[in-house]
Amino acid sequence: MLKKTLGTFLQTLGKAPLAFIINLGYFTQFVAKSVYNCFMPPFYFRLFGMQFLNIGFYSLPVVGLTTLFAGMVIAIQTYSGISEYGAESVVASVVLISVTRELAPVLSALMVAGRIGAAMAAEIGTMRVTEQIDALITLSANPFRYLIAPRIWAAIIVMPLLVLFGDIIGIFGGYLVGVYKLDFNPANYITNTMDFMKSTDIIMGMVKAGVFGFIISVMGCYHGYRSKGGAQGVGEATTNAVVTASILILIANYLITELFFAR
Amino acid sequence: MAENKIEIRNLYKAFGKKKVLNGVDLDVKKGESLVVIGGSGTGKSVLIKCIQGLLIPDSGSIKIDGVETVETSENIHEKMGMLFQGAALFDSLSVWENVAFVPLGKGKMSKKDAKTEAIRVLRQVGLAPDVADLSPAELSGGMQKRVGLARAIITKPEIIFFDEPTTGLDPIMADVINDLIIESARGLGATTLTITHDMASARKIADRIAMLYHGKIIWIGTVKEMENSDNPYLQQFITGNAQGPIQVEV
Repeated sequence: MLKKTLGTFLQTLGKAPLAFIINLGYFTQFVAKSVYNCFMPPFYFRLFGMQFLNIGFYSLPVVGLTTLFAGMVIAIQTYSGISEYGAESVVASVVLISVTRELAPVLSALMVAGRIGAAMAAEIGTMRVTEQIDALITLSANPFRYLIAPRIWAAIIVMPLLVLFGDIIGIFGGYLVGVYKLDFNPANYITNTMDFMKSTDIIMGMVKAGVFGFIISVMGCYHGYRSKGGAQGVGEATTNAVVTASILILIANYLITELFFAR
Repeated sequence: MAENKIEIRNLYKAFGKKKVLNGVDLDVKKGESLVVIGGSGTGKSVLIKCIQGLLIPDSGSIKIDGVETVETSENIHEKMGMLFQGAALFDSLSVWENVAFVPLGKGKMSKKDAKTEAIRVLRQVGLAPDVADLSPAELSGGMQKRVGLARAIITKPEIIFFDEPTTGLDPIMADVINDLIIESARGLGATTLTITHDMASARKIADRIAMLYHGKIIWIGTVKEMENSDNPYLQQFITGNAQGPIQVEV
């Protein structure tokens, strides 16, 4: 009796890590296959263009609003957290550094993960459960080249551009609060911002964005591609795509930051 | 005796502990229409997915034109067309782009020529040219099946697979699809492999019928032989009797 209970207990205990290892194996294989097929012809430029528009252009309002308010909040927080002496230059520089290095890339990526990662998982997941992916294979089209490569390329290329846009809007948000609420001199605020601006900060933010774009698209495609079981399966895939992409974005953000900024 | 187009030997496929194909042996002769019948969950779909390389069998051999499919480097899909159960049309493309998917993708045809060709094949399956610009979601189930058939035959494949071609259709539309299957296969001289549990459809389109049960082909023969067979499993299935040796898992 005890032996049997112990056996069942150990079996249950072993199942979770085993499932994790199996899924990790599938995931690694999927990523390797995806990256390989990103460089293999045929290249579907029309599909790439559609994804570029979908991920980039249609995310502009979301990214703009997020970074605008993030910049505004940082300006207020910085001002309230320091003595008023020298606040004018400190607020401008803190807004600049926090928006370009962290807020614009991370918040934009999290918003895009919600918008695009979910959409990719749902679309590819529906294609999987309605046999459209099987149909692609029988029509001699490689689903990795037709569905996944255009999404990965589009996300990697468009995310840095979105972040650049977010940088501008976020800094503008800080400017709005600085000038219209805290009564800073507009010309001084702009001068201070320009003085502290470093191309490395902006480029670093864009590099992060490229990595985040890769994470969002791969997680969206992976969960969609492996979904099964109809509407419920597609729903789960969508949730998993957003959750895993968001977590990986935050982990990758720390790793990249430590790699480049920790001294 | 006609040569075999598809030759399957000792095919096994399991999902976890569930053995779906349990040593399938099956020959499909060149130009014939073979229908595989069997209840839901007996592995019919898995069988055709294995033949097409959509699933990798655990063991066994599948030869097409005498060449082992897993070992060959040539694209076996170029020889094949498939009509999926739910038609599996791409929602993001219009009807004609679905039909002309292969010619367009290969870049061998201009967009205009591909559309003309798609409309020609759509006509062949009884659809008017004005359907060409619609999206698949705007079509009825029967029309989607016709578009799926058009997409499968536009490349003039040597082998066509039909996965439950009449499921979900009313009896008249089902018969229309049966006629189209017979016509298009005959027109192309193609070998066809159909899986279905619709006996009216099986009787109409089959040259030979094979019955899959518990992952094995338990009976194979012509429609006439089927009617006269005393195989209790086959008889229970074709008469649709709940009583008999086949136990339905509930």
